Amino acid sequence: MDSIRPGRFASRHVTSAALGLAFLLLFAATAAADGGDAVIRGARVRAPHHLRLELTRPASSLDPANFRLTDARAPDVPIEIRSVVAEEGNAVLLEVNDRLDPSAAYRIEMLDPAAARDVRPAPWALLLTVVLSSALINNFVFTRYLGLCVFFGVSRKRDTAISMGITFAVVMILSAMLSWGLFTFVMAPLKLKFLQIIVFIGVVAFLVQALDTILKKTHKSLHQRWGVYLMLITTNCIILAVPLLNAAAESGPAESFALALGSGVGFAIALFLMSCAREKLELARVPAAFQGLPIAFTLAGLFALAFMGFSGLTFLR
Amino acid sequence: MSQTILLPERPPGAVALLLNGIFGENPVFRLALSLCPAVAVTTTVANGIMLGVAVLLVQVLSSVTVALVRRGIHPRVRIPAYTIIIAVWVSAIDMTLAGYFPVLYAQVGLYVKLIVAFAIIISRLEVFASRMPLIPTFWDGLGMGLGFLFALVVIGAFRELLGSGAILGHVVTPEKPLLFFALPAGGFFTIGILMAFFNALERWKRGGKAPTAAGGGAHG
Repeated sequence: MDSIRPGRFASRHVTSAALGLAFLLLFAATAAADGGDAVIRGARVRAPHHLRLELTRPASSLDPANFRLTDARAPDVPIEIRSVVAEEGNAVLLEVNDRLDPSAAYRIEMLDPAAARDVRPAPWALLLTVVLSSALINNFVFTRYLGLCVFFGVSRKRDTAISMGITFAVVMILSAMLSWGLFTFVMAPLKLKFLQIIVFIGVVAFLVQALDTILKKTHKSLHQRWGVYLMLITTNCIILAVPLLNAAAESGPAESFALALGSGVGFAIALFLMSCAREKLELARVPAAFQGLPIAFTLAGLFALAFMGFSGLTFLR
Repeated sequence: MSQTILLPERPPGAVALLLNGIFGENPVFRLALSLCPAVAVTTTVANGIMLGVAVLLVQVLSSVTVALVRRGIHPRVRIPAYTIIIAVWVSAIDMTLAGYFPVLYAQVGLYVKLIVAFAIIISRLEVFASRMPLIPTFWDGLGMGLGFLFALVVIGAFRELLGSGAILGHVVTPEKPLLFFALPAGGFFTIGILMAFFNALERWKRGGKAPTAAGGGAHG
């Protein structure tokens, strides 16, 4: 019994530390949001073609020429505004021809009364959407097909699937944050971004080896239970994909964390579902040619179909 | 070095090695390795060719590199050494493709980078390149690469034809027969069906005879 306690103790601490970190990030992100302009009180993108402005006093002119909307990434190119409609209160609704992306940043300027405001999604909504999207909508297994070798390899038994899912999620978050730090503070200033593949694979290998050694010395029971799965992770495409995606999008720390968390949870969900289904499959009579991997693939296809139902879920409204 | 996989004393000839890679031990259909990219990018033939060529180049180049320098690699550090060799070649191919084919690369770029984690490449280095001379290693790498390319083109053609009624962007039928196959879920079904087909083929071949050892290079 004694050997279990350190493991449980550690896992409780890890959980509370992770929760604390997540809340801190959320608060920091919310506090950093802009305080608002004197004239334009609020601005929100209403996908796909509308932008809603809340004003403190009525706009003097509803002529589209009175407004200037630009993408924050291309401040010199105005987005053409088709019409402006007044709504109740002092709100106006701008309709544009282009598709507006609710997760992107824009800048709206008004000539009379003169005002300007940055339009960007609420940080918590963006982060929650990243988590939700990477866990369910763009599930790494079912829509991006990453980590299939491990997915089909360890999804035969429910217990192994759960352990593997948890180990993966933890390593994914740690390696994503470590890679983000290296990428932002070392590789970008030194202009070594082209080395990202070599560096990230090194980070993952180093992390797995380090975790293995630390666990072996400090929590023997944890190591006995999860050590095997750790070694399977070393060069796995799903672990490597998260830092690569973060580097390609040049995400900040919060977004990197959200992507890693979402992907880890998504992979764990996929493993768990698949293991449950494959335990039932043991009892089914499968045609000879389909036995083994072919039927497992077909099953994964059915799950992928079901996961398509999540598309469109978002907090950015 | 562990001798779990028995190889003949004299390396087989070039033709046998090539055919072994394409049919006998096809990485996707027979060895079931590196499946992730095979499903992910094969919504069209063009994507399949792009990734297939990238894998072919990385496989041949890293096989040859390992065959050249293997005497200098201590057996205990061989896996990290192989990983670095692969990573170097993947970086080189990745940048080359990004420079010359930006449009296609935008769709398959992530998977080109992830070639570094493909099981097929490192397993060929471990099984073949680390203990065979240079020339057979080259043919083995080429055969495995061609086998991968072949598999990606077959899956891509199947999905593009059924999903969007076209091959390589040329419209074959005006209507789209089964859009389902162009969706992510369709990829899983395609692989499942093609694998079952290859299994059935193998069973039918063995029908009367005793089962042959896999990977003997005697197929075709």
